[in-house]
Amino acid sequence: MSLLSKNFSSHWKDYLTSFLFIFPAVLIFTVFYVYPFFETFNLAMREWNGISLMRPFIWFQNFQDLLTDGVWWQAVWHAFYITLFALTIQNAVAFMLALACDREIRAKNFYRMVFFIPPVLSEVVVGFVWKWILEGGMQGGQYFGLLNHFLHSVGLNHLITDWLSNPRTALTCIAIVHSWKGFGWGFIMFLAGLQTIDHQLYEAAKVDGANSWKTFWNVTVPMMLPVIVVVLILTILGSMQAFVLVLSMTNEGPGYHTTVPVTRILAAMTGTKQYGYACAMGVTFGAILIALSLTLKKVESKVKQI
Amino acid sequence: MNKYVLYRNFKGIGIHTVMILVTLTCLFPLFWMLRSSLMTQETIFTDQSLIPSGLQFGNYVKAWTEGRFGLYLLNSVIYTATVVFGIVIVASWAAYAFSRLEFPGRRFFYTVFILAMMIPLPGSFVPLTVLMTKIGFINSPYPWVRQLGYVLCMINVGLSLSIILLKTFFDQMPPDLEDAARIDGCSKMGIWRHVALPLARPAIAVIVIFNALNVWNEYILAMLLLNDIPGKPTIMPLQRGVMVFANAHNVEYPLLMAGLTIAAVPIIIIYIFMQQHIIKGLAAGAVKG
Repeated sequence: MSLLSKNFSSHWKDYLTSFLFIFPAVLIFTVFYVYPFFETFNLAMREWNGISLMRPFIWFQNFQDLLTDGVWWQAVWHAFYITLFALTIQNAVAFMLALACDREIRAKNFYRMVFFIPPVLSEVVVGFVWKWILEGGMQGGQYFGLLNHFLHSVGLNHLITDWLSNPRTALTCIAIVHSWKGFGWGFIMFLAGLQTIDHQLYEAAKVDGANSWKTFWNVTVPMMLPVIVVVLILTILGSMQAFVLVLSMTNEGPGYHTTVPVTRILAAMTGTKQYGYACAMGVTFGAILIALSLTLKKVESKVKQI
Repeated sequence: MNKYVLYRNFKGIGIHTVMILVTLTCLFPLFWMLRSSLMTQETIFTDQSLIPSGLQFGNYVKAWTEGRFGLYLLNSVIYTATVVFGIVIVASWAAYAFSRLEFPGRRFFYTVFILAMMIPLPGSFVPLTVLMTKIGFINSPYPWVRQLGYVLCMINVGLSLSIILLKTFFDQMPPDLEDAARIDGCSKMGIWRHVALPLARPAIAVIVIFNALNVWNEYILAMLLLNDIPGKPTIMPLQRGVMVFANAHNVEYPLLMAGLTIAAVPIIIIYIFMQQHIIKGLAAGAVKG
């Protein structure tokens, strides 16, 4: 009997010391992640200015208001626009450059190093550097923004505009700068994936008489599918939530022509002090993001079956 | 034969032309930033040459003193070092326990960390800021309390991914050495410190690099959580400082570009020295999914 109880207590002592290893992580995680996570849902159903002691529970009123908030849906559309741009153009460029680098070419490591410089820079720095390049002003009869100066000197005067203040160009400029900053990520990941493909597969395809186009579709793409899906999901999650470029380049302007969901949440919180409404936006947008990644996962498994 | 060589050379030139064009696209904006930082408020609007005449470094002196960039840099270094150190310790403890130790709830807690990785919640900085105000981190009269709050939040940001990466690494490690240490009477903490941690060095290098980049470039929490106390030295990190500086000098482009250069150069230099590790780590992550 005494043997059993001794065994029992030493067992629990063992469990306890083991649990101490994860305790700091669990504590930090509970306070700074789990609690805010559930509190977001709680606040999303309340009306609160961030200070007042009263936080009336208003059920789904915030979500109902969100449905008719034109600026919010404009922001969601802008996020989709930036994301679509990154998904197609940025990833296509990254993939083609990776294909080119997968061959034995000279200076491969140099290219690889340079392409990853934009991703290591901060969005704040990148945003202000590009803002200066895209500047639309004139002084002493000269365009001082680099792009306009260039367009003027090659005679494309009809293209000159105030890029970041023109509602028709501002958002596209942000999407381009976002892709400029991001393509290096996709490039490195695609290249790593390409280099794991067994070269015997290519030789087998050659023996079977496949041309390079057929080899690409029947060997490269299927073998790369897992990496492609990872890059696509990371692109979606990253581009939909990108907002620091917006803050540094246009600050949502002109008007609301470059506003994105995260800047809306920020403005509702720090600007108009609608904490509940800000949380409702966050919950809605989070649901959109999850739906997107789940759809992509589903498409992946469908494609795999074929 | 000749035709084939010609074709291959032609193809090679084509590829290199594209690669060089992309390289220029990557580097030119940075060159333009550097160039513009060496001009004056008068010449910048009129002189558009690639390398303007009369380069001068006064903007750097002004940005450094007026923009407090020295302090911002120091703060960023401190935040990055403490957060990364914290993540490595806390995450490697947890990952070691999840991989090697036996206790009730092990699977449950690990699943929670994985779920947290997969569920994005963009607005969670709202209740986080409320919480930090309630606990007293944000408005504390002591700068170090405010800094501690930011550091703890940033440790949390990098925690899940680091735990998952390290656990995968520990899972693949042969347990023989640990068993030997255990038979020799080493405690769990001793095994973690003297066996598991040294063996996990490659995985820890990846975690250090990515979390360091992430903390160095972080903006939103630094904006929400780190407000200066009047009359005391600034506690803002570099990115926040650049934003404040840029909004204060938004038409003084040479000065602004000097500030941006000061902000960009350290990270570029570190990247160039570490690029082999950075790229290898990222590539390993991509292939494993």
